[in-house]
Amino acid sequence: MRNNGDEEVIKKATITKSDNNDMTRKGALSVRNVTKIYDPEGVHVVALENCSLDIKAGEFVAVVGPSGCGKTTLLNIIAGFDSLTHGEIYLDNELLAAPGVKPKPGPDRVVVFQHGALFPWKTVLDNVIYGPVIQKKMSRSEAIEIARDKLSRLGLKEIENVYPGQLSSGMQRRVEIVRALINNPLVLLLDEPFRGMDSVTKSASHEALLELYDIFHKTIYFITHDLEEAIFLSDTVVVMTTRPGKIRMTIEVDLPRPRDYRMLSTPKFLELKEMAKDAVHEEALKAFQRGERELA
Amino acid sequence: MSETNVSKDNRVPEMFVKKEISFVRRLQKKLLNRTNINGTIAILGFFVVWHLLVILQIPFMKHIPTPVTVLKTFVNLITQKIYWVSLWFSTKRVFYGFVAAQVLGIPLGLAMGWSRKFKYLSFPVFEVLRPIPPLAWVPVSILFWPTNELSIAFITFIGAFFTIVLNVLRGVSSIDKELYRSALSLGAKPQHIFRKIILPASIPSIATGMMVGIGITWNVVIAAEMIAGDKGIGRLTWEGYLAGDTPTIIVGMISIGFAGWLSSGIVKIIADKMMPWRKLF
Repeated sequence: MRNNGDEEVIKKATITKSDNNDMTRKGALSVRNVTKIYDPEGVHVVALENCSLDIKAGEFVAVVGPSGCGKTTLLNIIAGFDSLTHGEIYLDNELLAAPGVKPKPGPDRVVVFQHGALFPWKTVLDNVIYGPVIQKKMSRSEAIEIARDKLSRLGLKEIENVYPGQLSSGMQRRVEIVRALINNPLVLLLDEPFRGMDSVTKSASHEALLELYDIFHKTIYFITHDLEEAIFLSDTVVVMTTRPGKIRMTIEVDLPRPRDYRMLSTPKFLELKEMAKDAVHEEALKAFQRGERELA
Repeated sequence: MSETNVSKDNRVPEMFVKKEISFVRRLQKKLLNRTNINGTIAILGFFVVWHLLVILQIPFMKHIPTPVTVLKTFVNLITQKIYWVSLWFSTKRVFYGFVAAQVLGIPLGLAMGWSRKFKYLSFPVFEVLRPIPPLAWVPVSILFWPTNELSIAFITFIGAFFTIVLNVLRGVSSIDKELYRSALSLGAKPQHIFRKIILPASIPSIATGMMVGIGITWNVVIAAEMIAGDKGIGRLTWEGYLAGDTPTIIVGMISIGFAGWLSSGIVKIIADKMMPWRKLF
């Protein structure tokens, strides 16, 4: 939820040097007919096939689907870690990825990884300021000031001098999201950031992410296996088919924001969950059967 | 809040009151912890068992003097210059060999881990040289180096060199791919990766290599001194053997053990300082 203090921080973030995006760029992603074929040593694996998806600027999209359906492959292509075989991806109508275009990761599309990738040798504060300092967008002291502000907003100020190894997984992931947000990215790419967390930590992490989303309103590509999580957090749930990955269906989640846990038991939520569950279950079954065939 | 939880001024809870501890109390706390007490008991126990085995005339102990005799020899030796000169020479050789191994081995390990091409070029030669025991280098070393000192320092260097290279190489190879990706995603350029990711992420492996390396250098220097040295604690021990002076042999052995332990302690302090985010062990 926004309040005056939040608006002040947003304003500050937009007027400081941290803003590396011009005002016309908002973070709309357009994935057009993307195919990705892995061909290591002649083994032809179609990870994504003719995959198209439009994500509006500031939209929270959750991507679900069976393991190996290409969710992470698509994330890696968007992030610039991998190339694509056919198709194009545009970010705010600028070509981001196409065959022959060299993949280029960058702070406009920051990734938060499944197992976390905070630098263990840096304190929380030094992790958070890493992006703006290495890009020379801010001086260290400027970055520290903004980082402290963001950390205290999430109740993480007390741990700024702690090393990541001393933190719980929930706290680590929150720090990692703050580290991503300080770069003022156009898109936040989250690869199952809350996987393996216990339910209490997970729900606290959901609340923290929703709070950040409500404040900063970034475009989010969020991979998960958890349908409830997908619906609770997102504006759109994208269900992918088993390999070769395609978009099977998109579900508009028209639940109001800000959201809280009471929504999980509302008829609307349960209806959306049923809809997604049927689609995901069918794909999971296909993946399972195919897995058995591959093993046979 | 109960009274017991409250400090004297009756306002601040006791848990938040910083207690002033005297220097003596701090030293007491530091020295008289469970690890130190148990360690002392173990060492004393070792000497007691040794003493008992000798006075009970257990067959395999018949040439071994009692700890008391060894202690007398030790007291006698430490008053002689030869003991300290020997210790100084061995320490110096260990230091030179160890430092040279780190100075050359760490960059080589990093380069091998960083560049696949360099690894393919250098690793085969490395792997052929690695199994050669340091002492097998003694003859070549004597022929190659102009002074005895350099020969022994070189052999000591060989002892630590392969260990550090292998540790650093393993360290670089096992850096999580996501750390690289994370850095790139946060705006690091490929040219930043070596200094900002590979180097700090390899520090734990460098530290392990240093710790293993310092132990090996002491092993090697003693053996090298026995073969080729004219001075050093290894030579002193060997001369004790040649003279049939068992207490001196044992004093030499204990001195080597103590010097090795002290060096490992110093290396551990350096290693822990190098990586404040984790302990070596």
